[in-house]
Amino acid sequence: MSEVIATLKKDYIYNLMIKGRRQDGRGFKDFRDIKLETNIISKAEGSAKVTLGNTQVLVGVKLQTGTPFPDSQDEGVIITNLELNPIASPEFEPGPPREDAIEMARVVDRGIRESGAIDIKKLCITVGESVWIAYIDVHVLNDDGNIIDASCLAAIAALMTTFVPNEQQGIGMNVPLAMKEIPVGVTLAKIGSKLMVDPSLDEEAVCETKLTVVSSSDGSIAGMQKMGPAPFTEAEVLEAIDMAREKAAELRELYLEGLSKRE
Amino acid sequence: MSDKPEKLITDDGLRLDGRHADEIRPMKIEIGVLSRADGSCYLEWGRNKILVGVFGPREAHPRRLQRADTAVIRYKYNMASFSVEDRARPGPSRRSIEISKVSREAFEPVIMAELFPKTAIDIFVEVLQADAGTRTAAINASSIALADAGVPMKGLVTSCAFGKVDGQIVLDLNKEEDNYGEADFPVAMTQDGDITLLQMDGHLTSDEIKKGLELVKKGCKEILEIQQAVLRKKFETPVEETEEEATGIESEVVEAELSLEYATEAAAVDDIIEEIEGPEEELSEETAEACAVNEEAPECEKLEEIIKEAEAEVVEGETIEEVIEAEIENETEEEAFEDEAEFEANLEASYEEVSEPEKLAESELEETVSEEAELVPEIEEFNEEEAQPEAEAQLEEPVGVEEQSQPEEEAKLEELEESQLEEEVQLEEEVEIEKISPKETFESESEIESEAESRKEAPAEQAVEVEEEAEEEKCKGPWKVVKDPSESGSRGENDE
Repeated sequence: MSEVIATLKKDYIYNLMIKGRRQDGRGFKDFRDIKLETNIISKAEGSAKVTLGNTQVLVGVKLQTGTPFPDSQDEGVIITNLELNPIASPEFEPGPPREDAIEMARVVDRGIRESGAIDIKKLCITVGESVWIAYIDVHVLNDDGNIIDASCLAAIAALMTTFVPNEQQGIGMNVPLAMKEIPVGVTLAKIGSKLMVDPSLDEEAVCETKLTVVSSSDGSIAGMQKMGPAPFTEAEVLEAIDMAREKAAELRELYLEGLSKRE
Repeated sequence: MSDKPEKLITDDGLRLDGRHADEIRPMKIEIGVLSRADGSCYLEWGRNKILVGVFGPREAHPRRLQRADTAVIRYKYNMASFSVEDRARPGPSRRSIEISKVSREAFEPVIMAELFPKTAIDIFVEVLQADAGTRTAAINASSIALADAGVPMKGLVTSCAFGKVDGQIVLDLNKEEDNYGEADFPVAMTQDGDITLLQMDGHLTSDEIKKGLELVKKGCKEILEIQQAVLRKKFETPVEETEEEATGIESEVVEAELSLEYATEAAAVDDIIEEIEGPEEELSEETAEACAVNEEAPECEKLEEIIKEAEAEVVEGETIEEVIEAEIENETEEEAFEDEAEFEANLEASYEEVSEPEKLAESELEETVSEEAELVPEIEEFNEEEAQPEAEAQLEEPVGVEEQSQPEEEAKLEELEESQLEEEVQLEEEVEIEKISPKETFESESEIESEAESRKEAPAEQAVEVEEEAEEEKCKGPWKVVKDPSESGSRGENDE
């Protein structure tokens, strides 16, 4: 992520920004091409792969039974993990997760949890004894910028195609995972004084700071996270929220709403 | 395990702990509580107890972490296993790693790390007792600890959260509100209001966010005042001691000279803040408010009185030339230990300018004198890199005698000093921004401060009082400070 970027390139991106343009010819509010595939891993209860430009993220959802947390006896458990796979970038190394991997995993998790995307009460098998634990594992396969948005999209898509394997436990038929909301994360990079969605790898290296906004279908905000060292002004934050909500609505309509009408 | 209370906000609009929606929990800050750390701070905010130690700039280990152009800033947030209801597993959790990262990023815009290449600045946060809002509390404490360590910063960072409880936007959530509320939105901002940390979880509309950000700005402003008051209290004290001794009243506190060394450097951080913030009078009022140390308000009034008197006397008094002569005499005495030859040359120059034009306007004369007589010796001082003789000289000086012989001139002097000080401060402020070496600036500022303070003749007893208070607090140590009887119901801070 913090790849070394030539000063020339940096100047180039800055100068383009001042003219209102971007390196790859996109507008400030344009995402790169998005391709979404679901149900590609048959061993997982749910899976989805998102290709965002050259960024590739694969999410698998596994459901296993376990005991509930003592303070939420009748609720299932969600555990999100994000792996910056060494095949995704020369910058990534094997070993324990870096702090940015942990941060991104927690932002994805927060979006799903706080928007109430999963009806966790329905993941309860026996109150206080046995519940379903949903493991959402995000694997980054190729890093070409904006892993976080691709991960948010892939995670919710995977959950929307997840089934609860009741048959495996002998407690009835397999049913689709009960979903209540479709949160979508949109990240804005701040370069100079401009905000732009879906930063590419170079833009990520140049940008001072980023703000991820996860919004629900009613336009309310379920999670936010500022990532990066530079500050935002209050006006920029409010502008970013508006841009993110607008883009999230588009993405939701284009890619996700079709999934919820599945059989 | 406590169940959700029926109402988090009562019918009369108050919260469970009796606060209004826009009220923060009571905050208590102690500074310099750890002797081995370069800077430290103990902070209590509601039932949160946070201890922060700052080390550095020091050599960065392992060396591959060193950066050739700047210092690396490391922030480590750690929760004590006993800080929450259910014992937390020791060591870094995913939550604490994330908080460490975003908190570090909250400080990166303000710490002038480029001044210390190849070094590391370590900020270690220990959460001793958690009761919601620990990351914001930790940031507030770290700000103070960094200032205590004398790490150059562009300003303090202040942090506060807002959230939604029972459908209402409230400031600074407590544990119950955090557990059962609908949203939590921690923010950290610089003194200019730039947002350096922003996180959010829950459910908020953009209108609610707008409203919440307004609340947070208000909260941060209050916290900033507390932070500044604490810093001022610590770092202004030795300066006031100097003043006692300069006016001939013997003080029983022997520590003055010892603490002076350190005070100059660290006080500078506060001084910078002060200059940016505005006039002194206003600030000491703030101090009084925040600390509830009421003695300081009368001081303010007294100062104003003295200034007024002095002004009056100058208007009716002799010619300005006389005033200036007296002033210069005084300067000469005070700075006698300095390079005398050079100083006299400068004096002559100013004499010439003074005696020549009777038609010169009052203000112009003042300007000339202040620039010539005041700035030059000080600059020389920096060159010689001597900070201490200044203080010593003031101690030796027989001010008491002078007071008797030339009371009128004294008063006028004060008036002049005032105007000089203002100019100086302005000058400094401009220079400040471009200056690369912070140490010079620091010394000069504290000097001006001490000179000015000593001539304003603030009541001496008061200074002693302040000192005694500080002493007392030092002895106490942070651990037995507040026993909150209502501390029983605090739940563990769960991992969201």
